[in-house]
Amino acid sequence: MNIISALCLGTLFGFVLHRVGATNPHLIIDMLRLKDFHLAKAILLGIAFASSLLFIGMATGMIDPGHLSVKSSYWGVPLGGVILGIGWALAGYCPGTAVAALGEGRKDGAVFVLGGLAGAFAYMLVFAKIKNTFLMDKISGGKVTLAQTESSYDALIQGVPGIIVALAFAMVFALIAWKMPKSEES
Amino acid sequence: MKGQLNWFTGGIALGLAFLLAVWVVKPIGVSTQFVILDGIVWDLVSDDVVKEDPKTKSGYASSNAYLNKSGGKYAKNVANPANYSFIFVLSMIFGTFLSRMTKGPVPTQADQIAPTVWRNRFGDESYKRYLAVFAGGFLVLLGARLAGGCTSGHMMSGMMQTSLSGYLFAFGAFGAAVPMAVILFGRK
Repeated sequence: MNIISALCLGTLFGFVLHRVGATNPHLIIDMLRLKDFHLAKAILLGIAFASSLLFIGMATGMIDPGHLSVKSSYWGVPLGGVILGIGWALAGYCPGTAVAALGEGRKDGAVFVLGGLAGAFAYMLVFAKIKNTFLMDKISGGKVTLAQTESSYDALIQGVPGIIVALAFAMVFALIAWKMPKSEES
Repeated sequence: MKGQLNWFTGGIALGLAFLLAVWVVKPIGVSTQFVILDGIVWDLVSDDVVKEDPKTKSGYASSNAYLNKSGGKYAKNVANPANYSFIFVLSMIFGTFLSRMTKGPVPTQADQIAPTVWRNRFGDESYKRYLAVFAGGFLVLLGARLAGGCTSGHMMSGMMQTSLSGYLFAFGAFGAAVPMAVILFGRK
């Protein structure tokens, strides 16, 4: 059952990444150099849409809050984001889009995946040396959300129902997606 | 490009994929599976990387500190590659193939080596592009593992759940990627 879900959901995700243009490094680079906002608009709307339905689903009992998986906040998160960002701009791929790009025959995507395997291996080797440093120190308690979720995770915004907080953020994201120009020229 | 969805339809489709995943199983994430594949290859060439160990939470232990963390949960996935997360990531390749075969966007031969924006800036030689994407891939996965996730796990899945970590990651990633892209490729 789990494997069938993996096959279906993974196929769907690859299909959608390709269809929206995210596997095309040209569109990623043009987003990052603030020239073409097609992907930025799609990503913001995607987060807004998924977040709204997720919190509505949890509030109505349709979605099990136990399925949430909130990652920890620690100093390595923004720092790792910076390192990732440099490579992201250089290549125009992130891990998911490069894997997906293999399915449309992009050779530079395949080389990116090889570089990624080397980078991940390098981290496996240095992890023992950095695991007790400030890099792993938690920020705001670690696994926290902004909105309340009725799960084991603590929420930073108290006294307001989680669905209100989540829908407010989603509306802001959707508004930015809608108002953002498609490209620099238009 | 021909065959590509517009931002609205594409955004809704992207959101649906992330929503369905958390509804049925758990939030989408990709970058951990690079570690699992490394572990599988490492385990093939070395005997003592991953071992069964009934004393740990997962039932597996590793001589590598990273594979061994959180009760050996990565070690367990290395020993059992037919698990949800690994199959999910492999299936993504088929998903793209399916989209390409059903009137999705098709990259040209030149695009399959380097995108237009790269060729305009750095020329057509493939070795330059391959060197750059290898280095880029190295940095992206090193950074993703330090951060504990990548664009899909931290940013999309994280911000969907209103996780603080998703925002911290997005600030770091875009904060570095935007100036880097402008320096490398210019605005024109």
